[in-house]
Amino acid sequence: METVKMTLVQQPELFLECYSVTPDKFAGKSLAEIADLPAHEGKVQWKLGDFFKFEGKSGATAADTKIVVNGDVRRMKRFGQQMTDGEIVINSDADMYIGGWMRGGKITVKGNADSFLGIAMEGGEILIEGDAQNHVGSAYRGDWRGMSGGLIRVKGKAGNDIGTAMTGGTIIIEGDVFIHVLTHAEGGTVIIKGDVEGRVGGQLVKGDAYIFGNLLYPLPGYKMIGTVEKEVDGATYTFDQYIGDLGERKMTKKGEIIYGNIYLKK
Amino acid sequence: MPKILEGIGCPYCGCSCDDIKVVVSDDGKKILEVENACAIGTEIFLQATSSDRITRPRLRQSDGSWKEISYPEAFDYAAKAIVAAKKPLIYGFGSTTCEAQREAARLMELGCGILDNCASICHGPSLIAHFDNGYPSCTLGEVKNRADVILYWGANPIHAHPRHMSRYAIYPLGFFKGNGFFERTVIVVDPRNTDTAGIADYYLQVKPGHDYELFNAFRMVIYGFEKELPEMVAGIPKQTILEVAGILKQAKFGVFFFGMGLTHTDGRNHNIDIAISLTRDLNQISKWSIMAMRGHFNVAGANRVWCWSYGFPYCLDLTKGNCAHMNPGETSTIDLANRDEIDLFINIGTDAAAHFPIDTVRHLKKHTWITIDPNMSMAAEIADLHIPVGISGVEVPGIVYRMDNVPIQYRKVVDMPEGMLSDEEVLSGIANKVEEILAQEKIGFSITNSHKKIIPAGP
Repeated sequence: METVKMTLVQQPELFLECYSVTPDKFAGKSLAEIADLPAHEGKVQWKLGDFFKFEGKSGATAADTKIVVNGDVRRMKRFGQQMTDGEIVINSDADMYIGGWMRGGKITVKGNADSFLGIAMEGGEILIEGDAQNHVGSAYRGDWRGMSGGLIRVKGKAGNDIGTAMTGGTIIIEGDVFIHVLTHAEGGTVIIKGDVEGRVGGQLVKGDAYIFGNLLYPLPGYKMIGTVEKEVDGATYTFDQYIGDLGERKMTKKGEIIYGNIYLKK
Repeated sequence: MPKILEGIGCPYCGCSCDDIKVVVSDDGKKILEVENACAIGTEIFLQATSSDRITRPRLRQSDGSWKEISYPEAFDYAAKAIVAAKKPLIYGFGSTTCEAQREAARLMELGCGILDNCASICHGPSLIAHFDNGYPSCTLGEVKNRADVILYWGANPIHAHPRHMSRYAIYPLGFFKGNGFFERTVIVVDPRNTDTAGIADYYLQVKPGHDYELFNAFRMVIYGFEKELPEMVAGIPKQTILEVAGILKQAKFGVFFFGMGLTHTDGRNHNIDIAISLTRDLNQISKWSIMAMRGHFNVAGANRVWCWSYGFPYCLDLTKGNCAHMNPGETSTIDLANRDEIDLFINIGTDAAAHFPIDTVRHLKKHTWITIDPNMSMAAEIADLHIPVGISGVEVPGIVYRMDNVPIQYRKVVDMPEGMLSDEEVLSGIANKVEEILAQEKIGFSITNSHKKIIPAGP
């Protein structure tokens, strides 16, 4: 795999939309061609080369291309948007839409990520070593299809709307979460290793939530049906299993009603 | 002899009452009396012809004083500021006409900026929920003539929409509800024991921030899981939930009105989303509609005009020209301001300085602030440029959308002070000037060159 190292040389006055920073767009291009790729700051269209200096070499395909982003890129959005393969490593905090609509490959952020992380993601892997904000793996506004595949792992805490309208894939939050987990979801798995304030599985049709910490305000629409042992994130734990949301429409499969599940670690 | 004008629209709240009688002096310049309007609406009419109006644009000078300038000079200043900004933002429109909202869209499309309205800080979450879950609504005429159960959730119309109950929802004698109030059951859900709660047949004092759980409980009952209901949900006993759910199910025509008690507590759009889901569930067994208690008399108009133009109702990012993008949380005024993501703020038909958090106002004040407003509001007092305009609905006619999205043609009551312009004329004047500057720039220099202002990345 070939590596392109991009280092910030100038900060934008407002926020820069780095939608061109994907292995797909970099693959097969010279450093000069990469520096010519567009980026928007408000209504002004710049070139990536106006803000970054580039070193290294891109691969022939996205799968062969790794991008390493250096410098403080907290005022830069949309890294890895719609990428299909390859790898991006951001050695900084990053702003919104990291890995939005991503279909493959891997993104690592060595700091925090802002909101709309991995929205409508279809595949691939995102690793955030710090915290994330709101709308992790959720749907774009008005869409009823959130994250449908892949893995998002946040090592710190996250805000609200984790996996809203999710249909597949896995989200792991290793810290605490505020409210709205798997709301409106029709599939997928959310694992929260910290505490949650409440509203887990509201309007949930199908999907699984695993809560390792304390769930402060459980919804009334969940009923405990027993204790189970499950393997989660590489280890086996004992959980109380709740089914629901009893106040939402349900699908049936071979005559059996399919419920959403909340597993609370004992 | 004074003239009596009938069928006048009220420029106050989302009820947009169009049955106001206004008595105007012989010369047609002074409003003498107002009938049928609530106390707040009456005051708006009476203040319109007060003698302390600002009638010409004012430009802030370097010593902090104001200098009176002409309208063309104001258009020139505003147009140059819009062209020079990387991300201009125009916000407000609660108290403007749809004609002005259309011109604002033209202006921001030319200036490549952000178009946002007061929904951003009031019923924006309701609009997001409409995207996500639909909006089974009706008109206020249907409410008046048919409704037998009225549910107010997180709304206090006695104070915020003073004629809502008397003109549309509870007291009027409707075609199928000839005995008005006596044929209607009123339910109020609110953490505060409001004056509206005082007239309710059932008042549910929900625990603050736990509305979502209570909706979930009602939906469980509709789905037949009442036995699974905990003894207490969100501070409401199981027995009360079952009793009220029974009334909801037996309604012949129920209407669910919700206010900012739902849109501005935790969860925001999800509170409305689940309310819409409950309305849908109830329609399996009875007939229910849901309606947002919109605030200003034409705040819904901006949403309708921009939806028609761009497919999105508010928080519109037009920085890419003809490609609209909308994502509240990113493209909403408060978030853009707090993140220092805009570099020009235009306030129109609202008072952002009074309504926004003070920190947000401080962020906005880092850049040029232009206010287009008839009044000497806080937003006008802190502006760099204040362009006074005629009062929409009193001095300026136009189309407004009531809270049920019914368009109403408002008529003029009195003339504007001599030489003043309307919102529409001001926005059109600025847009024409922007067009002129852009045409010149194509010949002289490129826009990009005028924006070559980059801050070094630092050590």
